[in-house]
Amino acid sequence: MELIFEIGEEGRQLDIFPKCDVPEVKLNANPRKQELHLPHVSEQELSRHYTKLAKRTHGVNDGFYPLGSCTMKYNPKIDEEMAALPGFTGVHPLAPVESVQGCLEVMDTLQKDLAEIAGMDAVTLQPAAGAHGEFTGLLLIKAYHESRNDMKRNKIIVPDSAHGTNPASAVMAGFEVINIPSDDKGCVDLDGLRAAVGEDTAGLMLTNPNTVGVFDKNILEITKIVHEAGGLCYYDGANLNAVMGQCRPGDMGFDVLHINLHKTFATPHGGGGPGSGPVGCKEFLKKFLPGFTAVKNGDCYDKSYATDTIGDLRTMGGNFLVMVKALTYITTLGKEGIKEASSNAVLNANYMRVKLSKTYHMAYPVTCMHEFVMTLEEEHKQINIAAMDIAKAMLDYGIHPPTMYFPLIVHEALMIEPTETETKEEMDHVISVLKEIHDKAVSDPDYIRNSPHTTVISRPDEVKAARTPVVAYEF
Amino acid sequence: MNTPAELKYTKTHEWVKMEGDIAVIGLTDFAQDALGDLVFVNLPEEGDAVTAGDVFADVESVKAVSDVNCPVTGEVCAINEELLDEPAKINEAPYDAWFIKVKNVGDTEELLTAEEYEEFCKTEA
Repeated sequence: MELIFEIGEEGRQLDIFPKCDVPEVKLNANPRKQELHLPHVSEQELSRHYTKLAKRTHGVNDGFYPLGSCTMKYNPKIDEEMAALPGFTGVHPLAPVESVQGCLEVMDTLQKDLAEIAGMDAVTLQPAAGAHGEFTGLLLIKAYHESRNDMKRNKIIVPDSAHGTNPASAVMAGFEVINIPSDDKGCVDLDGLRAAVGEDTAGLMLTNPNTVGVFDKNILEITKIVHEAGGLCYYDGANLNAVMGQCRPGDMGFDVLHINLHKTFATPHGGGGPGSGPVGCKEFLKKFLPGFTAVKNGDCYDKSYATDTIGDLRTMGGNFLVMVKALTYITTLGKEGIKEASSNAVLNANYMRVKLSKTYHMAYPVTCMHEFVMTLEEEHKQINIAAMDIAKAMLDYGIHPPTMYFPLIVHEALMIEPTETETKEEMDHVISVLKEIHDKAVSDPDYIRNSPHTTVISRPDEVKAARTPVVAYEF
Repeated sequence: MNTPAELKYTKTHEWVKMEGDIAVIGLTDFAQDALGDLVFVNLPEEGDAVTAGDVFADVESVKAVSDVNCPVTGEVCAINEELLDEPAKINEAPYDAWFIKVKNVGDTEELLTAEEYEEFCKTEA
């Protein structure tokens, strides 16, 4: 396909820009060394160009999008509409509080709703995304131990199934990472944990349900072991979709957590952002929170700053419009709707898991939560068909592939998360497609190995794409 | 799977060759095959101290990033800079594509013979 610079002709233009209503000024200080390279296209050419681009992408609006561990879920349009209201889009982050009372009310309400859902006492909305939230939470843990003069606690325990961001955030926050192995159900090995904790344990980072989509039933014992050793427990909210409204991390024994508004509360995920990763904590960590929190004093809203803050994690209050979407989502669904969403997410995943287990091997043969992991290890060994081949073949059916080769503890992994919004018909369709692909892989493996056959590009050279990407147009 | 008999192996899929007092270290054929096409390699620097069982390098394939553990304790006396530009060499010839050379070798990890390593890989796979 041609790039925007390769179409059009000198002199063509469009009139989307308003007439200049300020005096023109010539900038002499730093004169341009060369002409600005602007495309010369008519409005129609431009419109067609972007439509062509849009047709070559695949998003949640095009079809099934089962990226596990990512939650590419459908987000209701009303959330976008609220975030587009001029009263929200036109404000300045430094506007005096009396002029942004509505915005502060949004933040105060959202803080309370998220605290309620998570079972926490306080929430900061400042972190800009999930890993940023992890980093914030770990700094809270660090500040807590330092405030008690407990300087020897420098180790964070992370299970081997964790998202890569967990150990990375721990190292960024100045901790040493202790990896503990999972048991055969992908859950925390209690003896391994008992052996790992000690006087140097600063805390544990965990998701529940865990990264293979299984709810760790020993969670109360796990958090107890860490607390008895003097550490704190951090909950990675990556998989909150499975439990929101059903049970609360705060009640499982966690002291601090982050929530991905862009995974769980109606902000499109994977589109380049921005995201938002609010951090919730128990009362005893509240005094360390960063930035400001919105508070209600009498009839008015105000900003409140923590006494022993860890400092700002970024400028201003956070990605505000994402907060508007989240609050709209929570308010529209309400207490019952939130619970129904997580119930359906779990039901859908189990429906697909059971139906697909007739054809594919499941990595863990247990009831899953909102996502499940299949393994193509047998197929890879016996007929040389890899997870990658199945994923590529799905493209020919207009279905986005699931997450591949994650988590790392499962070989040839395909991780499927249908989310709560898919219908039974759609899931039945995908199940039949996956069965058809598997049949074909057995009868004509070469066909599947060379998939996809109908896309514009079949299999890109991934090594070249990673090592020598061309990301700028050369004039 | 190619497992030269003259080398020693670790359970984390590194190979070691002793050249006099110097330990030459790389990634096994089994490991490169499991990882897939490699696109980036991070190596330590000459003079760095390495510890048996600890991470000394990492490799990134089209699938994932993985740690590479050091089978011996000692001091890095040479790194294979060629790999930084051409990580594909590890896929092409894993036993020629050494990562580092280590001198002053002290402790070593539990090392396997080629035969033991092949047995171990069967249980892994």
